[in-house]
Amino acid sequence: MKLLFGLLKYAAAILLTIVFVFPLVFMVMASLKPDYNLLQDVGSIRSFLPVGPISLQNYQGVFDRVPFLRFLFNSLFVATTTTVLGLLVNSMLGFALAVMKWRGKNVVFAMIISTLILPFEVIAIPLLYLMAKLPWISFDGGLHLTQGMFNSYQVQILPFIANAIGIFLFMQYFKTLPKELEESARIDGASWFRIYARIAMPLAGPAIGTVSILTFLPMMNSYLWPIMTIQDESYRPVMVGLQYFYVNWGTAWGQIMAYLTLLTVPVVILFLFMQRFFVGSIAAVGVKG
Amino acid sequence: MNRTWRFSLPVAAVTLGLTLPLLATPAQAAGSQTIQLWTHNGGNKQELADVNAVVKAFNASHKQYKVVVKAFPQINYNDAVVAAAASKQLPCLLDSDAPVIPAWAYAGYLAPLNLDPKVVKSINASAKGMWKGKLYSFGMYDAVVGLVTRKSTLAALGLRTPSLAKPWTLAEFNNALAKAKASGKYQYAIDLGTGWDGEWYPYGFSPFLQSFGGDLINRKTYRNADNVLNGGKAVAFGTWFQGLFANGYAPKRTDATMRDNGLVNGSVAFSWNFFNQTQFDALKGDMIVLPPPNLGVKPVVGGGSWQWAMSSSCNAKTGANAFLKFMAQTKYFKMFSDTLSNLPVTAAATKVSKVFGPGTDMNIAAVLSAKYAVIRPPTPAYPVIAKVFEAALKNIINGADVQSELDNAVNQIDQNLQDNHYYGF
Amino acid sequence: MATRMSDARRTLNQSVRIERRSATLLAAPAVLLLTVFTVVPILFALTLGFTNAQLLSPQAPQFVGLTNFSRLLGVGEVTLHAQRDPQGHIVTAPNGDVVYERLNTYTSINSKYPNLRGKEEWFRFGENRQAGTVNVVVAGDPLFWQSLRNTLFFALVVVPVQGGLGLLLALLVNERIRGRNFFRTIYFIPTLTSMVVISMLWGFMYQPSGMFNKVLQHVIPGFQPIDWLNDTRTAMPAIIVLSIWQAVGYHMIIWLGGLQTIPGEIYEAARVDGANKWHEIRYVTLPGLRHTFVFVLITITIAALGLFTQINVLTQGGPLGTTSTLVYQSVLHGYQRQEIGYGSAISFVFFFMVLGIALFQRFITRRIDQ
Repeated sequence: MKLLFGLLKYAAAILLTIVFVFPLVFMVMASLKPDYNLLQDVGSIRSFLPVGPISLQNYQGVFDRVPFLRFLFNSLFVATTTTVLGLLVNSMLGFALAVMKWRGKNVVFAMIISTLILPFEVIAIPLLYLMAKLPWISFDGGLHLTQGMFNSYQVQILPFIANAIGIFLFMQYFKTLPKELEESARIDGASWFRIYARIAMPLAGPAIGTVSILTFLPMMNSYLWPIMTIQDESYRPVMVGLQYFYVNWGTAWGQIMAYLTLLTVPVVILFLFMQRFFVGSIAAVGVKG
Repeated sequence: MNRTWRFSLPVAAVTLGLTLPLLATPAQAAGSQTIQLWTHNGGNKQELADVNAVVKAFNASHKQYKVVVKAFPQINYNDAVVAAAASKQLPCLLDSDAPVIPAWAYAGYLAPLNLDPKVVKSINASAKGMWKGKLYSFGMYDAVVGLVTRKSTLAALGLRTPSLAKPWTLAEFNNALAKAKASGKYQYAIDLGTGWDGEWYPYGFSPFLQSFGGDLINRKTYRNADNVLNGGKAVAFGTWFQGLFANGYAPKRTDATMRDNGLVNGSVAFSWNFFNQTQFDALKGDMIVLPPPNLGVKPVVGGGSWQWAMSSSCNAKTGANAFLKFMAQTKYFKMFSDTLSNLPVTAAATKVSKVFGPGTDMNIAAVLSAKYAVIRPPTPAYPVIAKVFEAALKNIINGADVQSELDNAVNQIDQNLQDNHYYGF
Repeated sequence: MATRMSDARRTLNQSVRIERRSATLLAAPAVLLLTVFTVVPILFALTLGFTNAQLLSPQAPQFVGLTNFSRLLGVGEVTLHAQRDPQGHIVTAPNGDVVYERLNTYTSINSKYPNLRGKEEWFRFGENRQAGTVNVVVAGDPLFWQSLRNTLFFALVVVPVQGGLGLLLALLVNERIRGRNFFRTIYFIPTLTSMVVISMLWGFMYQPSGMFNKVLQHVIPGFQPIDWLNDTRTAMPAIIVLSIWQAVGYHMIIWLGGLQTIPGEIYEAARVDGANKWHEIRYVTLPGLRHTFVFVLITITIAALGLFTQINVLTQGGPLGTTSTLVYQSVLHGYQRQEIGYGSAISFVFFFMVLGIALFQRFITRRIDQ
């Protein structure tokens, strides 16, 4: 009986593995085929196998068509910067909300919750108006103010640093830290900033891990906003690069699949190596919600 | 107290750091005046090379101006331009899909062009963007769709080969589709490209509506769509169009496999679509492009492709206009056509075109465009009309009541016209 | 005595002041950024709903009060009469349906009835074939009501199914089976991939000539291929399946976290008391997960109500509006049709609806959470 149950569990786990990876297998296999074969194979088991005229030509086509490494660098730069700055400001606010008493706390909390409600698509246009008007300090020998910040890294970073989910998760996590730690520090005369920097943050590993993933991934996948604000190819991110493969009613399917493979496979491999840490940290934060 | 303020320094630094530049904006090059040019050719190597070739030649011929190219992927180009216009960031020169030009001109984003009248006259009507009698844009090429099939298909189904002088009638077209379906040899009788969204719907299907005698808007006044888009002829079109899907002649939504491979792999008998030399070559002399059928009033195909325009916010209009003047030369019209297999837009360029010249396979495209092309209505309401028409047609394809769908479309369009005080018409 | 008390109060006051000032400084960067880049645009978006703003228009936006809202939410009713032949008999179509007069006589934008102008048929009821009448309910924007229903339906299915499947997956990979870390990673992979990419890949699978139809044809003899995304009966379910597939791994991880906080001793105690597997889950696991439950419930609900990307890539709201959602309508009007005033009115209604639902959920889960 017990053995049967164990086998059932295994069968379920393996079946689910197939369910969760098959589109990705299709993607990788399709990236190796010419468009005609790719489309003809769609309806059969062939689409999951490396059969037919297999080559790396689509990959060559990708590098031929778009400055892939430039796009990748831009995305990595934007996502990393946003994540790092976001960890700092969101944890500071999360800390203030979780352990300190101050006026306006409830207002700020309500504000954070209500910003979770409207999807970004809905506020994109008002935000666009705003970004066209905001001043920016530029430096070319001397400092001077310019209006608007399109075509830059900052336009892709600034709006996404403060992040309601990040603040919320940090707040929840800091609430679970033992009160005694903070109290004894207070008695020792430590300032609030010291408690935040030396006690709270060093213990916030799981929250940092979780918020990092939840900021980094959507930033790597951002798409609508850069289309609206980036006219200069040298600042464009990878998901906008995907659009280069649809040309004049014709679509380079094989190259699209190659491009997606180049984007997805490294992330998956990275995650395989770091999964113990990531799964553990998301779990640790999700728990205490 | 002290500690608070000591620690507040890093906090202030962080806040400031967020507002300081992450990378310095590069300084403007001194000397010549820079003119920005936006184009939809990101990812389309050949067309971008053509644009760059013209820009390079222009820059070499002048000292005062330097045109700088920024390329965008086509599929989202319009979004980028709308966003730029809404935030007043348009470049001096830009290309744009033809039917939206009047909307842009009306909204004050474009400046009229000043070209040699003889050159203007030589460009086909479908490649010119006019608003209030002024020229706001022109295309370096045009595009055209055709009813594409194989000679062997016509023979096997026992169908008359229609000629330019005598295109198929509605009855003949229906008969051809019925026979193709009855033969059982094809998955579908015809592919109408229904898998494409957006502009394809008005571009590809309003010609059928016009061939029946209806239209998207009353072109005499441009003040209403009532009785034109929902009158008897429009309803006849809608009912016939719905029947193509209800009878199983055409897929409601062509999937990528059929759309890109259908004609060559033989899963469809006919295709209402763009066509190119590659297909002619793949079918080795068997391919034939038929004239559009006459469904009532006259045979119609769509016209108008990408066109070049100048923004009103441009601070170097003289230079921008000079560039467009420079581009409107036969050698460049020919270059865009030869390298891209796109339809030339002047008689002079057609005559010397390698792909479309007399005697070539693709010459039929030039003939169809010259003889039958109707542009989409030149009104600032067009972007709304296009979306409303697309939505109505998709509902009709899926079996909605034709009369009430067209009535709704008319009401939405007429409401928009009224709200905008008929756009000055 | 009195001096010492006020001294103490002063010290206390000072520490409160320091706490407040420190908190303000800690909160400032995020609050500032959030205000400028999220709150202001949201307020801006909500205000535009009361204007006739167009994205590209030479005319400056004007305040139009509730016009957009009355167009969006307005409903009315019309009784249609059957057409009659010269002898006065009711005209019927070949299929036996009664042929009625044209609704547009009442609803055209120049009609005699101002409150019906521009309205469209929503649904019919109460047909009387003898009298030759039928009642038609018309609405300013029937697609809005349809989108509202679709959005709520999507959330109603996705919230329990995705939450429940997530929990089942978590229970499975929480078992001591070999390679459970591998399985956890695999189930999490779709979450790592962008929704745009996933929608494209699934678009291929859902094609009439695609994978799903081919598999079903092998399993069920004589199965007719279904155009999954273009059939009014299957389009929304198809979107639901792919949405759950993408996000379930994320909630699996959240549940897993919850499971790992339940101390092992409680399970042992239960086993000592003779509990079987089911009793363990029912009396130990589920009660131990109540905090996680609230988190999962609210995050899935908000995400589900904001459904947009899959729709935009795969169906554009079709066929016949069966996959249209509120956010999709808002973007369609505000951006693609450039009627940003009207699009913002939709956002306005959406915002308060989601806020209401979230507060209601918070209210009913408060008891579980305590």
